[in-house]
Amino acid sequence: MVSNKSKKKTAPAPETITVKVDGQAVDMPRTMPDPLTGEPVPTTMIQACKIAGVEIPHYCYHPKLPVAGNCRMCLVEYGMPALGPDRQPLLNEDGAPEIRRMTLPYEPGTPRGAIACATPVAPGMEIYANSPATRQMREAVLESLLINHPLDCPICDQAGECKLQEYSVEHGQAASRFVEQKVHKPKQVDLGPRIMLDAERCILCSRCIRFTKDIAGDDALGFVDRGSYSTLTTFPGKPFDNNYTLNTADICPVGALTSKDFRFQMRVWFLKESPSLCTSCGTGCNVVMGSREEQIYRYEPRENDAVNSSWLCDEGRLNYRWIGRPDRLADPLRDGQKTGDWPALLQAVAERLADAKPGSTAVIASARQTTEELFLLRRLAQRLDALSDTPARLGEADQLLVSADKNPNTNGARLSGFCFTEMGINLPKIASGIRRGKITNLIVFGEDVTRCGIDRALLQKVECLIVSDILPNETTARAHFLLPGCAHAEKRGTFVNVKGRLQRFFKAVEPPGRARPETEFLTDLVHRLTGESLPDNPEGLFNHMASEIKAFSKIRWSDLGDTGVDVPV
Amino acid sequence: MIVSRKKLNWLERLYLPAILSGLRVTLRHFFRRKVTMQYPEERWVVPTGYRGAPYLVKDQAGRTKCVSCQLCEFVCPPRAIRIDPPGPDINESAGNVEKEPQDFRIDMLRCIFCGYCQEVCPEEAIFLQEDYSLIGRTREEMVYGKDKLLELGGVHQDGILKWARKQREAEEQGVH
Repeated sequence: MVSNKSKKKTAPAPETITVKVDGQAVDMPRTMPDPLTGEPVPTTMIQACKIAGVEIPHYCYHPKLPVAGNCRMCLVEYGMPALGPDRQPLLNEDGAPEIRRMTLPYEPGTPRGAIACATPVAPGMEIYANSPATRQMREAVLESLLINHPLDCPICDQAGECKLQEYSVEHGQAASRFVEQKVHKPKQVDLGPRIMLDAERCILCSRCIRFTKDIAGDDALGFVDRGSYSTLTTFPGKPFDNNYTLNTADICPVGALTSKDFRFQMRVWFLKESPSLCTSCGTGCNVVMGSREEQIYRYEPRENDAVNSSWLCDEGRLNYRWIGRPDRLADPLRDGQKTGDWPALLQAVAERLADAKPGSTAVIASARQTTEELFLLRRLAQRLDALSDTPARLGEADQLLVSADKNPNTNGARLSGFCFTEMGINLPKIASGIRRGKITNLIVFGEDVTRCGIDRALLQKVECLIVSDILPNETTARAHFLLPGCAHAEKRGTFVNVKGRLQRFFKAVEPPGRARPETEFLTDLVHRLTGESLPDNPEGLFNHMASEIKAFSKIRWSDLGDTGVDVPV
Repeated sequence: MIVSRKKLNWLERLYLPAILSGLRVTLRHFFRRKVTMQYPEERWVVPTGYRGAPYLVKDQAGRTKCVSCQLCEFVCPPRAIRIDPPGPDINESAGNVEKEPQDFRIDMLRCIFCGYCQEVCPEEAIFLQEDYSLIGRTREEMVYGKDKLLELGGVHQDGILKWARKQREAEEQGVH
């Protein structure tokens, strides 16, 4: 569905027409924006059926890709108002226009279907999405697609989320009538560093070709050979290697293109799906984390037209292994000694900070922390009259999704007041404060400060180093108090992306050992230091934070929904 | 309700009729066919269709038939089955089958011998066989691993050999 906003942008006067889908009259715009250019193009029957709430089975059609119309799965029977010799509609006896079902011109008894993905709707059209003729056409198309299919579902990674399986159950025949030998094609074809092709399973829908040519901008794939020998391939000697290759495995409706990373790792029906965000850059692509028994197996893109459409870059998608690393910080440490007693540890930290002179503390926190955590750290910094800052993390951007800002929550850090628009401006001040002995306490969240201007020698001068992190580094090794935190997959929270999209993410797995979500122990610390009781659940904390931050005003946790809201940045 | 104890009459107090009737039962069984077995030296004949312990089988060519599709793990009501999938590395020895479980564990203490795993298996790789007496000294010992399951399962005479047929067809068509 197209939002009203974008409709206005592309078609100044949206003209609506009425089409009947399965006997139900539905109004719809005459044109819809083209998925690539946004130009108004005639609404197709498949879009009309979607508006009417009727799903037409399809393989090659994808709402975000140009229409190819080659799989024929969306064939439907339809009818048009009959016209007389004077080009005026013929009327029935009751005055309603006479509808003629389309038939073959040379065989008038046989229904003539049209592919719903490429046929524009016209006023008065009737679409018979579930008529006996439509069902028969689907059955025949499916039978034809399955002729050379190897039926190796037991060894196919797509099994469980395969459109061939689903439609075979829904629209197919119970038994195969095919007795001839099947055409065999290469299996386990190494298409590129991250993609494996099984040519036998391919139904030649060309979604991958269109995606990589039109969306990723790398015309890398194509078909060679003819008829049942047609095969997907890359240019000889050129591997299929761009930063978006794994999207082709997502959009492949069958098991032809599969991810090498996920290959034979876990069957998809075991995976718990948790809506989350990718943290590899500031774009904040929406993902679904697939996990089983506290282990994450894959990221898949989650549709959000305001952020990442239906895509995800390979780099971000494969950046999840660190969450389950065995060297994760799992125990709170006090002077290098393990302690299981969180309350006593927090009490000690609070006493230490309460005794600190105003201005003798500095807080450095990563923009990889959630907005809530940065908000709480800001509270601490205010109470301690501390300098606070966030190191910037810059890299290279690309034309599609990847942002140059490698922090997922830069704008969250700015909006929460934790850092200035120019990030890292306070870091030299903090460093010189430590050098001059003015700053004696340093609180670090999620950064290795030895990489941002506070070297080891300087760190030695800090009398009390309070660190919270996920993985060990130079700074955590020198911490007097080490508070192990959670990866984003292990907690709930919000990020604000580079464009100011405020989005929430959910927990997929349990944190290791005694690690706790940062908001839990930060609300505890804030309470011990200031006496203020903030909600320690993410919803309550977000709502409290939103009431204080101007840009978030009137936004509630429940308003964020699946796709987030825009905030001014 | 209190049931008052019945007073025995003279004949009953004599005990002899009761003893004699008991002896009659014993004597009758004396001349009948004996049904007691000297277990464990003597074992009963397991009827066909009996659902004993589930074991993995190999085909006559010696290939492990299981391809690690994990349907049995999914369908197992007491969650007795755990499979470690092979992971992304290409297994040259598996040929066109591509997949074989890295490990396959059945916790025989959890197994309820329902036979769903055998029923769901698309590869005819697991069968409930004749073993009914499973012994172990520890719980860990009762978790049978892949090697043990294959050793106990033996060979299943596969009448179809679909993977070999696919391989043969592909070779005939010149596809590798």
